[in-house]
Amino acid sequence: MRTGLFYLLLIFSLFISNACLAKVELFEFENDQQQQAYQTLSEQLRCLVCQNQNLADSNAELAQDMRNKTYQMVKQNKSEQDIIDYWVSRYGDFVLYDPPFKQITLILWLGPFVLLILAIYIGLRIVRSNKAQEITVNNKDKREEIQKLLDS
Amino acid sequence: MNRYIPIALFVLLVALLAFGLTNDPKEVPSPFINKPAPEFSTSQLYSDEMISVAGMKGKVWVLNVFASWCVSCRAEHVLITELANKLTTPIVGLNYKDETTDAKQWLASFGNPYDMIAVDYKGSIGIDWGVYGVPETFIIDKKGLIRHKQIGPVTAQALNEIFFPLIEKLEKES
Repeated sequence: MRTGLFYLLLIFSLFISNACLAKVELFEFENDQQQQAYQTLSEQLRCLVCQNQNLADSNAELAQDMRNKTYQMVKQNKSEQDIIDYWVSRYGDFVLYDPPFKQITLILWLGPFVLLILAIYIGLRIVRSNKAQEITVNNKDKREEIQKLLDS
Repeated sequence: MNRYIPIALFVLLVALLAFGLTNDPKEVPSPFINKPAPEFSTSQLYSDEMISVAGMKGKVWVLNVFASWCVSCRAEHVLITELANKLTTPIVGLNYKDETTDAKQWLASFGNPYDMIAVDYKGSIGIDWGVYGVPETFIIDKKGLIRHKQIGPVTAQALNEIFFPLIEKLEKES
């Protein structure tokens, strides 16, 4: 029982998000709404120096500057969309963790679904052709033999 | 016929991956190309006068982001000097997140190829220009549009294949 609980906790520990451990700077906000906006933004925006980290997770100097700028804009009561537009106009779509749905990102968004459908189609075909082979025993003697074996 | 399909798919995948290897993910294309250069007005390193983007209008100019703490800036310094020597086009330095004394010392020991040096102590101009690594170099045309961005140090190849021809072309534009 105890070991079971131990393993359960071990598994749950895998789900602790990195974001919870992110460095917290001493930014003061006027209200919860601003703080919320800042949090979501710093998690959505990519640090361009360490490209697999978001602003909240990164300790790079550029990330600090970007956090600062984001904080200032939040304090000026700019909307989240305005702030995102500010960053995209400077660093391109790459600054967003979630790439926007555009012509150029079509393969990125739809590719996996196309592959999935293709895989299902090929899988079905293989299964069907296997079934077809099973039934086609044309030789009469052989069929009787098989029947005998099955009955015995 | 059918048994060639896996081989064909494999070759296709290899080609795709090989293509992926030739791309440098560190090079984020700038959305600024052919867009107006972001305005700034800041103090200069060696002059009391302010320097602004608006003040450069009507001229082709080069903005080179550098810092004394940046190692690859030292590597490209020779080439920036070559650019400055061969052309009359103004070369503006943007001293990015640097201490004034360090910057002056750096320029004293390596030489100063810049016509003017704008000071960006806090890095806010850098962010406005979409700078994410030093050095970076921009070419701005007479209308104030950014026409080229070099990410990372300028190379001799970039100088000969992009900088000289492009600046020559831009100088002819009205």
